[in-house]
Amino acid sequence: MATTKETVVDLRGGAIAIAGRPVVRGVDLAVGSGEFLALMGANGSGKSTLVRGLTGLRPLTTGSLRLFDTPFDHFHDWRRVGFVPQRTGAASGVPSSVWEVVASGRLTRRRLLRALSRADQAAIDEAISVVGLERETRQGVSQLSGGQQQRVLIARALAGQPDLFFLDEPTAGVDLPNQQALAEALGTLKSRGSTIVLVAHELGALAPLVDRSVVMRDGRVAYDGDPLADHEVHHPDFGEAHTHHHTEPGRRDHSPHVGSPLDRRAR
Amino acid sequence: MIELLSLPFMQRALLAALLTGLAAPAVGTYLVQRRLSLMGDGIGHVAVTGVALGLLTHTSPLWAATVVAVLGAVLIEVIRERGHTNGDVALALLFYGGLAGGVFLTGLAGQSANELQQYLFGSITTLSSTDVWVTLALAAVVVLVCVGLSPQLFAVAHDDEFARVAGLNVRAYNVLVAVLAAVSVTVAMRTVGLLLVSALMVVPVAAAQQLTRSFRTTLLGAMAVGTLASVGGLLISAFASFEARVAPGPTIVLLALAGFAVTWPLGAALRARRRMRAPFPELGQERHEMSDEHPHVHGPECGHVAVPHGDHVDYVHDGHRHAAHGKHYDEH
Repeated sequence: MATTKETVVDLRGGAIAIAGRPVVRGVDLAVGSGEFLALMGANGSGKSTLVRGLTGLRPLTTGSLRLFDTPFDHFHDWRRVGFVPQRTGAASGVPSSVWEVVASGRLTRRRLLRALSRADQAAIDEAISVVGLERETRQGVSQLSGGQQQRVLIARALAGQPDLFFLDEPTAGVDLPNQQALAEALGTLKSRGSTIVLVAHELGALAPLVDRSVVMRDGRVAYDGDPLADHEVHHPDFGEAHTHHHTEPGRRDHSPHVGSPLDRRAR
Repeated sequence: MIELLSLPFMQRALLAALLTGLAAPAVGTYLVQRRLSLMGDGIGHVAVTGVALGLLTHTSPLWAATVVAVLGAVLIEVIRERGHTNGDVALALLFYGGLAGGVFLTGLAGQSANELQQYLFGSITTLSSTDVWVTLALAAVVVLVCVGLSPQLFAVAHDDEFARVAGLNVRAYNVLVAVLAAVSVTVAMRTVGLLLVSALMVVPVAAAQQLTRSFRTTLLGAMAVGTLASVGGLLISAFASFEARVAPGPTIVLLALAGFAVTWPLGAALRARRRMRAPFPELGQERHEMSDEHPHVHGPECGHVAVPHGDHVDYVHDGHRHAAHGKHYDEH
């Protein structure tokens, strides 16, 4: 994609291996500032793995990655990146309020042992209002519905006021009204000029926001261009029957499990 | 009976109980948040070997236990980080190795089981003033770090992948929690004993979180419950000792469990009530359906559950939702 604007994410010849098995191979991906990119593909096509590579959660096996025109190894300005990981909920073993979870996203801009500044508080309140959860601010996240918890995770990424967002399947298992609330929130971000990389199996209510589609198929880029509708991505050419030539289930289980206690987990 | 409190050994014991009750639940909250409730138990088992090493080498069992517990906690953290589901087997190997090694070494040292017993089940009334100073210092460090770094520790324990992308050094914070857990295990060792340490880290958190909705109140509530339980348990056992032999360690843990037994049904009732009264969603155009003959008049005092629904209130009873509409009731 030729963009005249600044290139925010620039991956060249990227490959990511999990436990020695190359999962994502030969990916060139450049995302321009202000673009809304949908990274699509079937389960196991490597789209989540690619985003984990772009955020540094998985090391690249080969290839070069630049974020905001800085080589990845020298990139420390994490406040410019907002990440919404793939989660089934926002709860943990101890109750936590919506405000607390969203406030944890502000840590990118807070110094150690300092109280919240007025700007911090304003950013947290604003993030909560963008996803439309003002009335639930003091509630425990575990009491919210799945779709509302997903919006909490987006607000958490928003609280750090980043320029670049990675969202991993935010609409999975979310009902239509909550998808629309998500779409509104992402629309607000887009109108502010944020760059958004959205991993999605299906776009649903988010489809009108997308500027560009990239479709992954078996760890490679199969399409990169104008937005595609859901049914086109799941056309036989992109079809799941082709991408799934091995029968291991699940998203992350790209390598066989190990049986003895001190073996390393596949990374 | 009041003169019991003026005895120096009792004052030392009270101070140690207070500090242990503050420190152990503070770390425990982060362990429970990461669903590692039994980690304290594991560190306690490993610390048994440390105590035995101290006895064997005639050095301080407290410091030997601290060193071995910290090493064990870091090892547990490394195994947990690297391991998949089978990490728990590795942890089990470490736990039982620690306990067996401790008992074995104590035998080699020629110490009676009685000596080890002090550490396994606590002996808060035999603390020296040095013990109290060490406990004070360690507990202060634990509480200050747990409260001072709570935003960072919360973020890491809540979602470690998000924390990594936010630029936090997740591994360093995880190791820090492991070390804090090990330190509070050795702090609580003389109070409730190594085998019951984990109870003081976890039970107050379990009791507090029945009534809380935020992390901050859970953390502070757990510290309050822990302090009440440990000071209260010590006083109960001290006063009861005129009548029977009552060990302080188990009394403290049973008192904390009693706290859970009180907050659990209370919390369940509050949650059920909140669920019942959650507003019904507005769907726009409601079908107008009048209810059958309805002699009862609903109102704020009628005792039926009142649930907000848009601009009015629905009264819930017998599978119906009744909303007043002029002189009759509608079915909603």
